[in-house]
Amino acid sequence: MIEVQDLTKSYGAVKAVDDVSFTVNKGEILGFLGPNGAGKTTTMRILTGYMPATSGTARVAGFDVFRDSMQVRRHIGYLPENPPVYPDMTVEAYLDFVARIKNVPAERRAVRIDDALRKTNLEDRRSELIKRLSRGYKQRVGIAQALVHDPDVIILDEPTVGLDPKQIIEVRNLIKGLAGNHTIILSTHILPEVSMTCDRVVIINKGKIAAVDTPQNLTSQLKGGQKIRIELEAPERRLREVLAQIPGASRVEVEPERTGERLVVTVEAAQGKDIRSDIAAKIVQNGWPLFELRGVSLSLEDIFLELTMEDATHAQPSS
Amino acid sequence: MHGLYAIYRKEMGHYFVSPIAYIFIGLFLILTAFFFNVILAGVIKQSFQMEMQSMQFGQPSSFDVPAAVLRDFFGLLSTLILFFTPILTMSVYAEERKRGTMELLMTSPVSELEIVLGKFLASLSLFAIMLLPTASYLIFMVLHSEPMLPWRMLLAGYAGALLLGGSLLALGSFVSSLTENQLIAAVITFAASLFIWVLDIARSSDTGAGAVLQYLSVIRHYEDFTRGVIDTSSLIYYFSFIVLFIFLTVRSVDSMRWRRA
Repeated sequence: MIEVQDLTKSYGAVKAVDDVSFTVNKGEILGFLGPNGAGKTTTMRILTGYMPATSGTARVAGFDVFRDSMQVRRHIGYLPENPPVYPDMTVEAYLDFVARIKNVPAERRAVRIDDALRKTNLEDRRSELIKRLSRGYKQRVGIAQALVHDPDVIILDEPTVGLDPKQIIEVRNLIKGLAGNHTIILSTHILPEVSMTCDRVVIINKGKIAAVDTPQNLTSQLKGGQKIRIELEAPERRLREVLAQIPGASRVEVEPERTGERLVVTVEAAQGKDIRSDIAAKIVQNGWPLFELRGVSLSLEDIFLELTMEDATHAQPSS
Repeated sequence: MHGLYAIYRKEMGHYFVSPIAYIFIGLFLILTAFFFNVILAGVIKQSFQMEMQSMQFGQPSSFDVPAAVLRDFFGLLSTLILFFTPILTMSVYAEERKRGTMELLMTSPVSELEIVLGKFLASLSLFAIMLLPTASYLIFMVLHSEPMLPWRMLLAGYAGALLLGGSLLALGSFVSSLTENQLIAAVITFAASLFIWVLDIARSSDTGAGAVLQYLSVIRHYEDFTRGVIDTSSLIYYFSFIVLFIFLTVRSVDSMRWRRA
């Protein structure tokens, strides 16, 4: 449905998107994961025909985004970072306007508007002015706008940003419900979001693709770098010796707890090994008071660290 | 052209749902009505003096009161148009850009020309709606004048006002498409309109450059209309002016894609 080949976008000397290639199959949800300024928005803007690429090609529903821009725009629903709403309009009038400019025929407009309102749970707000809506509701109006012409491809730029946890869950379910009939690309900088909604993930950093895989593969691959956080009372030197004996434990970091004698230790476990029971056994053996021992899920920064380290250091030990 | 109509509808809705249109029309009518009174009283007073003078010299008076009122009133109208059009156009693109709704328009299957024309026609419509009630003052005067003033003078005057307004609206839309700041858009539009206005001063000069500058002044062509003369060269002038600035606006809107947002 979407094919991106060697896409590059430069602003002067800065390359916002650098030689990016990926494809999205029909009915799939693709997550675009990366920190702010990674090139997510730029890539999406090129796909929607908002701006042209410096080089490379992108095709949506078989049409080139630059040469057949009008055709592409007919097949795309797009939610930019900020919902593009007119504050003086009511929700319904706004969706009617969007349906008109998206070329929805007059006889189908009312049905499409009702459908978009229902999917985004906005039915009871239809005649309210958009400026009176909360941030979360505005975001929903933005999503409704992207659905109103029933496009094949839906592109959502950070659809859950600024929403409260309950709304986030609603939006995620909404997106999952849209898959199958629609092909979806969404961007986010929240890791759990992609694992919960997406079929595949593109991790992008500094304009380059760092990894493309299913969330399951990515997390299992990254399980190797799982961290364990231990809070205990122990002599530091002895502790380091003991931990070093555990097979699979590496990168032991020790820092004193703010209040007193307690130590906070982070241990990184090797690929696919759960060393928590080993650590617990050692600590009990030595009779140290243990306050906490838990696995820390990797943050986005860790993943980037992991992915960039992979090229530099992880490759070397195996060779 | 479905896009043009959708944009036009949205713009008109924006004007009339918010208080903008009402404030605008109200203020414009208060000012024009006040000045119409002043002009009418002034011209009548002047005609009395002329009549007294002519009685002293024993000649019949040749002072045409309605024509004089018409000329003065349309002159005043042009000054008000100069002040009102920048405010009318300042938000046309600046606000869309600031709110990010330009991104919606530009990723929809609507051409830049449709966007620009839809917005231009909407501002021109509001301008026409604003102008229309002022005709009631003149119609009232024409009906009570003896001999009756020909209607075509009135129609020519309004045609001129519409063309002048349309030109300044096209100019203002273009300026608005260049900036995200409404205030800057208004001030630059006003300054640019004023500049084209004062090109008229070169009228007195007899050189070739003077003649060219005179042709470029928006106000000289307008004066033809207020005298009841519809000159083809003036029509061509205004149409070229409007087409030029609509073209420039289309280019400017298109260039937003290439600039860093």
